[in-house]
Amino acid sequence: MGQATTTSSDKVATRDAYGKALVEVGQKNPKVVVLDADLSGSTKTIGFSKAFPERFFNMGVSEQDMMGTAAGLALAGKIPFASSFAMFATGRAFEIVRNSIVYPHLPVKICASHAGLTVGEDGASHQTVADIAIMRVLPGMTVIVPADAIETKQVIHAVADFPGPVYVRLSRAAFPVFLGEDYKFQIGKAVEIHEGNDIAIVACGLMVYQALKAAEILEKQGVKASVVNMATVKPLDGEMLAKLAKRTGCILTVEEHSVMGGLGSAVAEYLAEEGDVVVHRHGIMDEFGQSGPADALLKLYKLMPEDIADQALATLKKKSNRKPA
Amino acid sequence: MTKTANIEELQEIARQLRVDCLKMLHKAKSGHTGGPLGIMDIITVLYFSAMNHDPKNPRWEDRDRFILANGHCCPAIYVALSKAGYFPKEELDHLRQIGSPLQGHPKLKVEWGIEMSTGSLGQGMSIGNGISFAARLDKRDFWMYSMHSDGEAQEGMLWEAALTAGHHKLEKRICFMDFNGIQIDGFNKDIKDVSPLEDKFLAFRWAVKTIDGHNIAEILDSIDWAKKTPGKPKMIIAKTILGKGVSIFENLPKYHGVAPSDEELKIALKELGEA
Ligand SMILES: Cc1ncc(C[n+]2csc(CCOP(=O)(O)OP(=O)(O)O)c2C)c(N)n1
Repeated sequence: MGQATTTSSDKVATRDAYGKALVEVGQKNPKVVVLDADLSGSTKTIGFSKAFPERFFNMGVSEQDMMGTAAGLALAGKIPFASSFAMFATGRAFEIVRNSIVYPHLPVKICASHAGLTVGEDGASHQTVADIAIMRVLPGMTVIVPADAIETKQVIHAVADFPGPVYVRLSRAAFPVFLGEDYKFQIGKAVEIHEGNDIAIVACGLMVYQALKAAEILEKQGVKASVVNMATVKPLDGEMLAKLAKRTGCILTVEEHSVMGGLGSAVAEYLAEEGDVVVHRHGIMDEFGQSGPADALLKLYKLMPEDIADQALATLKKKSNRKPA
Repeated sequence: MTKTANIEELQEIARQLRVDCLKMLHKAKSGHTGGPLGIMDIITVLYFSAMNHDPKNPRWEDRDRFILANGHCCPAIYVALSKAGYFPKEELDHLRQIGSPLQGHPKLKVEWGIEMSTGSLGQGMSIGNGISFAARLDKRDFWMYSMHSDGEAQEGMLWEAALTAGHHKLEKRICFMDFNGIQIDGFNKDIKDVSPLEDKFLAFRWAVKTIDGHNIAEILDSIDWAKKTPGKPKMIIAKTILGKGVSIFENLPKYHGVAPSDEELKIALKELGEA
């Protein structure tokens, strides 16, 4: 399909792609303003702060104040991007996001980096695996988890033009750039980046690459897996899910997030009402992260391609064990 | 809408608004009574004298803005906005009812003069700051007013915002503190004393003035002072009386959040010179 490859050796963190794209949208649209809470070097808003110092607001270590201020800027016609670590942007500031941004449906773009376990050495206090869950339940909120640098760039351009509030989940770790240059991101549209009819692996964020690698492993074992990038977790692409369910009857979700409330939950909720299909959620079980190198953590928490392939085989077994109707 | 700087006229508007407010709350059988009566004199001065706004053109970009950070006091702004001409007075009959834009706590509706959703305490100062930042970028000259309360001042976020406004010298910010000394569970000084507020805001690099929040002349003067004091955000600490204007409500914490009964309304209207 020319939409993805696992042969590229290029690795870029989605937060870096965010920092670059932010400067581009800043150039394109003078209404774009950026807020950060003393983490501009880490969230990569620093590039924007240098290019457009008058449109950059370093709020200090005050995530709640940052979200409230972003709301005010939006009320007065600006397009605010507010960044911090995902833990604090969605956790510390949750109720401000809920009441002052999403309830009045203001076009604030919360672009939070260091989501999930791949924060690495900083450990569990900084590793949120609940952010998708708590952003997703807010009425009118859009939730996007880009898979790589190429997609991130497109996401940032798309959300800058989008009229409502958006949560964009970004990562610290450098990860393969694998989506092809002809890849097209659209808010609310999932993309099948690898075709297969035995099982569909639906993933978001860094797990899309892992899933693609898993599909290669499965292929060697004679299992043809479809890999779908569900970058927009909300609104969920139900059409795509219905299609996959019909075609494969067997869906595995994979995310660097708790299996409670995240992508897997969203998919399971949708498919529970859609008919006969086996759904298995893979991600972080009911537990916190811990310190360690990102890749070691992905191994420990079973988010490597081999783990995903194992999960796929187990899911297929569930399907074949099902009594025919 | 006619604006005035005449003290007697403003006093009369404030009296009428208190009457409207109590009738509205009584009809709704739900809502906050004490706080709105306490801030009514300031609200009157803002909407009928100080603020540059146009009910016929609510989205006018250069209008002065007002955000009620203590959102539970919204009955006060609802009656004022209606009287100013933002929406018909009959709408006040639907306070807190299904489908009414007059929600129990403010919900953003610029066409009706409701500049922001509030109700969760502590957030309004940041929002006002954000609007002032945008005005500064766009080289617009409007004043950004907001109302806060002593109970709200126990919220940490308010102090984050205070630090922001002071640090960035947001000189177009004029904030009022409804300092009635009362919150839900009792008296502020017993629960967790926020005073001395003057010293705190001075330390946060604000210009601070304390006034009698029921003295129209002092309210007018304080806004004048605020506009003439450059380089800093302004905090006007208004000493107010919860339930002001109705003796049976005054200074009693239990009237923070209840609507007047039939009997109480009768007494109140009498004291306010109605029937
Ligand atoms: C964040 C938040 N916590 C709690 C409440 C519930 N609450 C509503 S009003 C109030 C007391 C506020 O004190 P103040 O504004 O001084 O009360 P008033 O003078 O109007 O009686 C509380 C705790 C709230 N609205 N928001």
